[in-house]
Amino acid sequence: MAAKPAGRRHRPVSTVGFGTAGSRVWHVNTVATRAASLEVSERTGEHGALPELLMGLPITPTDAVGLTERAGALAKRSIKTAAKGAALTLAVRCMDLTTLEGADTEGRVLSLCAKALRSEPTDPAVPPVAAVCVYPELVGVAAGALAGTPVRVASVAGSFPAGLGPLGVRLTEISDAVAAGADEIDIVLNRSAFLAGRYRQAFDEVAASKEAAGRAHLKVILETGELGSYDAVRKASMLAMAAGADFIKTSTGKIGTSATLPVALCMAEAIRDFAEAAGRDVGLKVAGGIRTAKQSWQYLVVIAETLGPRWLHPDLFRIGASSLLNDVLLQLDRLNNGGYPRPDKTVV
Amino acid sequence: MSDPGDNLPTSRPEGAPAAEVPERIAADLPDFGPDSYAPAPEGTDLVWLADEYGLFIGGEMVPSRSEQLAPTVNPATGETLATFSVGGVEDVDRAVLAAREAYEAHWRDTPGSVRARYLYRIARLLQERSREFAVLETLDGGKPIKESRDVDIPLAAAHFFHHAGWADKLDYAFAGATAGPLGVVGQVIPWNFPLLMAAWKLAPALAAGNTVVLKPAETTPLTALLLTEVLRDADLPPGVVNIVTGDGSTGAATVAHQGVDKVAFTGSTAVGKEIQRTLAGSGRRLTLELGGKAANIIFEDAALDQVTEGIVNGIYFNQGQVCCAGSRLLVQESVADVVISKLRRRMDSLLVGDPLDKNTDIGAINSAAQLRRISELVESGVQQGAELYQPSCALPEQGWFFPPTLFCDVSPSHRIAREEIFGPVLSVLTFRTSEEAVEKANNTPYGLSAGIWTEKGSRILWMAERMQAGVVWANTFNRFDPASPFGGYRESGFGREGGRQGLLPYLELQGSVR
Repeated sequence: MAAKPAGRRHRPVSTVGFGTAGSRVWHVNTVATRAASLEVSERTGEHGALPELLMGLPITPTDAVGLTERAGALAKRSIKTAAKGAALTLAVRCMDLTTLEGADTEGRVLSLCAKALRSEPTDPAVPPVAAVCVYPELVGVAAGALAGTPVRVASVAGSFPAGLGPLGVRLTEISDAVAAGADEIDIVLNRSAFLAGRYRQAFDEVAASKEAAGRAHLKVILETGELGSYDAVRKASMLAMAAGADFIKTSTGKIGTSATLPVALCMAEAIRDFAEAAGRDVGLKVAGGIRTAKQSWQYLVVIAETLGPRWLHPDLFRIGASSLLNDVLLQLDRLNNGGYPRPDKTVV
Repeated sequence: MSDPGDNLPTSRPEGAPAAEVPERIAADLPDFGPDSYAPAPEGTDLVWLADEYGLFIGGEMVPSRSEQLAPTVNPATGETLATFSVGGVEDVDRAVLAAREAYEAHWRDTPGSVRARYLYRIARLLQERSREFAVLETLDGGKPIKESRDVDIPLAAAHFFHHAGWADKLDYAFAGATAGPLGVVGQVIPWNFPLLMAAWKLAPALAAGNTVVLKPAETTPLTALLLTEVLRDADLPPGVVNIVTGDGSTGAATVAHQGVDKVAFTGSTAVGKEIQRTLAGSGRRLTLELGGKAANIIFEDAALDQVTEGIVNGIYFNQGQVCCAGSRLLVQESVADVVISKLRRRMDSLLVGDPLDKNTDIGAINSAAQLRRISELVESGVQQGAELYQPSCALPEQGWFFPPTLFCDVSPSHRIAREEIFGPVLSVLTFRTSEEAVEKANNTPYGLSAGIWTEKGSRILWMAERMQAGVVWANTFNRFDPASPFGGYRESGFGREGGRQGLLPYLELQGSVR
């Protein structure tokens, strides 16, 4: 079941009538959803639908200049010695080690899983990553390799990365991935609906995905590089959280603009407001373009100083990356042993 | 719920995580956050200090005739950094004479393009030595290194660059007029932005073709003294700039000297009034940049998270020791609770401590006297019934520190709402309508700056028209730029610094329709 936000506000669930029903009734419900959404649009106007959907959750405007300035100031925090060690360890522990290539094979996924468990073969002190993130087709392989370990299996699903397949197909893909052993599902927000002002549709699809994911944690990718403004990022964040997302995530990594510090800050501020108003802690995943250890601790600083150090936990913060781990290991090695190791020391 | 994948082929192998996935990941994680950042002090090895400093007169460091010395102290530790000369009347006389000689002998006839060359050199040398200047500024004044590094020194260089550009274009700056210098300028500057204030004063004066006697503040003379090295390295002719360190009496002597054609003063309103009395009827020109009690006005439709940053930047920047600090927060009642809760939370994450640490947000109060004044006013706030909030941050045991402070339930009649505190102390008042905001914002003898926060453009313009303040910021605060004139109304003084308007006080315009 979708977690119902605690506190004084109740989540509008009128159109999410899946309950305990199996997958076969989704198409019927889709029609109901559309009808309900049309009704709402007629009543409130498409653009007026968002505040109503959010039941009074705050959608504070965002000032781009101020936001960028604050992110820039946080990026300048000087992280040295012990603090750097802590940051690097956290970066590993909160990492979703990702491979999302058309050319992914069983062998590639297996070697990634091995690396996820023991990224530094010579140093058992280096912890495992949080999860391995793959396409649904390869979930079984990863689940097999990671069974009984603390590393989770995450799968993208729901016609990733565009998210514009038929809703029924998207929901089936989600439930299939969960059935195959995925602990976490990364879907994309329907930007087509969101940007056209069909907020209820976007909302309902997230809620339906949450139902389909069942026990698995749902991460909703906003694809912020396509949203066009920080105001839209904030709105989309609120919408996804209100619809039941366990995590909101910046990007797919499949378009030019991926995670940036200001975007992460903007989403963290939305998460903070949501936690305050709805009483539920939602996680943040930054993904795409994070390649250096320094970048990773800049994000950690943004989280620590916006949401508090409590959020720096794999339950509430993730970094999605493929090549970041090696740089983090390099910096850890340098911190612990002095001097940089040979580049070929890291496991590919 | 029943497994929706019942009828589907599953590749989940034996032993894979079954339906019961642990809700929380058990993780033994290291602490990371503002409270656990490791110390990151900026190195001080670049800075070389003499034990004793003389006065910079006629292009040389010379001993003071007064033979009086005073210590300058690191406010973060209380240790004496160096001793400097307290210039007496005779020293000021020498300096004015040197400035007069340089003015008449060559500087007034030096072409603008040549004056520009000196200014460009000074700007570049400042940039080259920026780290050294930043560290010294922090050592002597107590401001966080990130501010001296990112604001004070770069802006000081920017002022020299900007005015270098004006030096050969003065005739075009004021259409129909021929612009000429005034003569010898006496400048007295404060301790809150020691090098930056020196740059604000020197750059336009030199660009306009004047020569200068500059009196730095008593507690922060060191960067001005280091600047003398830059002036010499830039080959600025002797006597064009003279720097006479000292205390209030040195400043008074500079202002009162009959050989000074124009006085520029930045400092307290009380001293400003005294200077105005001294100069009354003398025909000598004067500009004053004095105190303030700025209103930072938050409307309900503003971007509240950026507002929070703006409030913090407005009042805690440089420990609130800023004449244009946003010390009166005016919040629309409908969002007052949200804004204050966000602000308190933000205050809790401010790092107070060693100014040299690159992560420090709030450094040391400039002097023991200033700390006493802040403490006394905060005490009055508590006694008059305002509600005090201070985060529970540990202050360093030595040195002069004061925690970021917030007062709610402040009424306009409280001392903390009327008097300039010049410290990290914010008073919150509320308003209901734009008209009430205007009325409350202008309800002060000062008129230096104001901030307006709203996402509605028309409201920004409506408010800005009605603010009796020299500088009005919209959706930002404490932003400075050499191209933008800065200055006050009423008890905040008169005259502008920066931009085209900032050149006027240093120029004589002939044949003009000013």
